[in-house]
Amino acid sequence: MNRAGAVFASLLPGVGSAVAVTVYVILLLAVESQAAIAALLVAGVIAVLAAARFGGMARIGKSFAERRIAMNLVIVVAALAMIGFFYEDHFVLLLVATVIIYVIACLGLNLQFGYAGTLNFAGAAFFGVGCYTAAVLTKNTAMPDLLILVVGGVMAAVIGSLLILPVLRTRSHYSAVVTIAFALMFKIFLEVNDTLGGPQGLRVDGMNVLGWVFNDNIEIGENFEASFYLNYIVLGLVILALTFIVVRRLERSWVGLNLDAVRLDETAAACFGLNITRWKITAFMLGNFIVGLAGAFYAMMIGFIAPTNFTFSDSLNLIAIILLGGIGNPWGVVVATTVLIIVPEKLQVIEEYRFLLFGALVILILLFRPEGLLPRPLRTYLPGWQPK
Amino acid sequence: MDVGVFGQYVMNGLMLGMMYALVAVGFTLFFGVMDIINFSHGDVVTVGAFTGLATYLGLSRLGITWAPAQVVIVLVVAMLCMAALGALIAKYLVLPLKAAPALNTLLLTLMLGTVLHEAIRLFYSRGANPLRFPSLLPTNAYSFGNFTLRVDIAMVLAAGLVAIVGIHLVINRTKLGLAIRAVAQDEETAKTMGINFTLIVLVTFAISSGLAAFAGILYGLYYSEIDFAMGILLGVIGFSAAIVGGLGNIYGSIIGGFLFAALETVGAVAIPFASAYKDVFAFGVVILIMAWRPTGLIREKISERV
Repeated sequence: MNRAGAVFASLLPGVGSAVAVTVYVILLLAVESQAAIAALLVAGVIAVLAAARFGGMARIGKSFAERRIAMNLVIVVAALAMIGFFYEDHFVLLLVATVIIYVIACLGLNLQFGYAGTLNFAGAAFFGVGCYTAAVLTKNTAMPDLLILVVGGVMAAVIGSLLILPVLRTRSHYSAVVTIAFALMFKIFLEVNDTLGGPQGLRVDGMNVLGWVFNDNIEIGENFEASFYLNYIVLGLVILALTFIVVRRLERSWVGLNLDAVRLDETAAACFGLNITRWKITAFMLGNFIVGLAGAFYAMMIGFIAPTNFTFSDSLNLIAIILLGGIGNPWGVVVATTVLIIVPEKLQVIEEYRFLLFGALVILILLFRPEGLLPRPLRTYLPGWQPK
Repeated sequence: MDVGVFGQYVMNGLMLGMMYALVAVGFTLFFGVMDIINFSHGDVVTVGAFTGLATYLGLSRLGITWAPAQVVIVLVVAMLCMAALGALIAKYLVLPLKAAPALNTLLLTLMLGTVLHEAIRLFYSRGANPLRFPSLLPTNAYSFGNFTLRVDIAMVLAAGLVAIVGIHLVINRTKLGLAIRAVAQDEETAKTMGINFTLIVLVTFAISSGLAAFAGILYGLYYSEIDFAMGILLGVIGFSAAIVGGLGNIYGSIIGGFLFAALETVGAVAIPFASAYKDVFAFGVVILIMAWRPTGLIREKISERV
C-alpha cells in the first residue's frame, strides 16, 4: 500500500500536467474567436510562469524522470485523445500532422546540431530534397509509397554527402557558409529548373499503402466519417515514435556520449581516441536522412510543393525551433514546434507578422535564456537519479 | 567574342564586384575586431537603401530637386542612419553576447536580419513590393561600337572606388585605424595599451554599416529598383566573398568580392543556355573553394591554439 502510494505520488504531477496540457491544447485548437485565443495564450503563459515560480516545474520534471515509461505512455494517450477529439476537422488535423512532421525533421537537425555540434543551415533544403524525391517517384514510378519515404531520406543523405568534405574540413563560421550557400543554391536551382516544375512546383500523389488510400476519408458504417488527414497522422505518429526512440536511444548510448564529446571539445575527444570525422559524418548523414524522410512524407500529405516552401528563412525557422526548445532536448523540440506552428496559425492577427515575431523571440531567448525553454537535462542512467 | 560586348560584361562584373566588395569589407571588419559574423549586415544594406529612398521622397516634398544635392543628402543621411543603427546593434545585441558561444551570435544576427527585412516588408508603405529607386545621376551614355558607357554607372564605379580607397586610408593611415587593427590583433593587449575596446567596436560597426548603406544606394542607383529581400542574397554573397578572401583580411575580402562577381559573369557567359544558373554556379564554386581551402584563399594568419 505504501509503495503504491509512493508510485501514485510520483506519477501525480506528471499525469496531472499531461492532462492539463492536453485539455489546454484541445481548447486552443477548438476555439475560433481571436479574443478567446489571445486570452487562452495569456492564461497559458501565466500558468507556466506560476508553475515555474512555485516549483511546480521541478516536480513535473522529477515525475517525468522517475516514471519514464509510464509517462511516455501517458503522452501517447494524450496525443491520441487530442486527435480523437478532432476526428473530422480537416484544418485542425492538418495542423497536427504538420506539427508531427516538423518535429520529425527537427529531431534530425537536433541530432546534427544538438549532439554532434554540426550546424546545418540547409534544413529546409534537405526537407525539400525529400519532397521532390517523393514528387518525382510517385509520378514516374510504381514504387511502393513506404519505400518512397525511405528513398526520400536516402536521397537527402546522399545529396548531403556532397557537402561532407567541405563541412568536415571547415570550422564554425566557415562551415556555416557551406550550408548557407547550399540552402540558397538549392532554392535558386529549383526555381530555374524546368524539369522539376520551376517556380510553379509539382503535384504529388497521396499515399497508398497496400490498397489503403490515404486521401480518402475514413468511413466506418453509415454514420461515422473521419477526415483523411487521420491516415497521415496515424502513420506520422508511428514514424515520429520510431524516430524519437532512435534519437533517444542514440543519445543514451555510447554513440551519444561520443557525439557529445566531439561537440564539446574536438581536440580532447581526438586525444581520447575518438574518430571525429566518423562521428560527424554519422550525425550529418543520419540527421539528413531523417529530415529527408519527413520531407517525403510532407510532400505526399500536402499534395503540392513549390520552391517557396524551401527558402533560407524556412531553414532558419527550423533552427529557431531547436533553439527555442533547448538545444539537444527532443522534448524541447516537441514543445517548441507545437508553439511555433500552432500559435501563428490560430492567432490569425499575428500570422502576417510571424517571421518578425520569431526573429525577435529568438533574439530575446539568446540574450536572456540561451539554454531554451526546456534545457537539456543530464543523462540519467538510473530512473529518478538526480544530480546532487 | 566582340570587344565591345566583352567590355560590357567587364563593366557589369566590375559594378557587381564593387557592391560585393563593399559588403564583404564590412564582414571582415566585424570579424577582425570581435571574431563574430554579423549576418544582419546584408539587411542593413537593405535598410540603408530604403532610408535613402525615404530621404529622397522627403527631399522632393521639401522642394529640393537639384539632383547633385539630392544625391549627396541621400547618401549622407542613409550612411549616418545606418552608422547609428550599426552602433546600436553592437551595443545592445552583439556586445552582451561576447562571452557566449560564437554560434549564438551568428544565430542572433541571422534573426536580426530577418527582423529588419520583415519590418520593412510590413511597416514601410508598400514595402512588400519592389519599389522604384529614382535615377539621381545623369543618364546620358556614350557609345563605342558595341560598347555603351553609361555615365551613371561610371560615376557609381568611381564612387565605390573612392569608398574603398577611403576605408583603406582610414584603416592604415589614421590613429583610429591603428586602434582597430590593434584590437583585431589582440584585444587584451590593446586594452592594456589604453584603447577603449567598446568604443572601437562601436565605431567599427558604425563604419561597416555606413559602407553597407553606401552599397545599398549603389544597388538602388544601378538596378533602379529595391525590395525588402535584396539584402539576403547580397549579404550571403558578401559573406562568401569575405570568407573566400579569408576573414579578417580587408584586401582578401575586396578580391573575394570581385572574384565572386567574375564567377557570376563568367557563369552567365560560359553557360549561355543556362544563364539562370549563374547563382547556382557561383555558390557551387564557393562550396568547392571552401573544400579546397577551408579558411579562405588567403589563409588566416594565426591558427587556433589548443
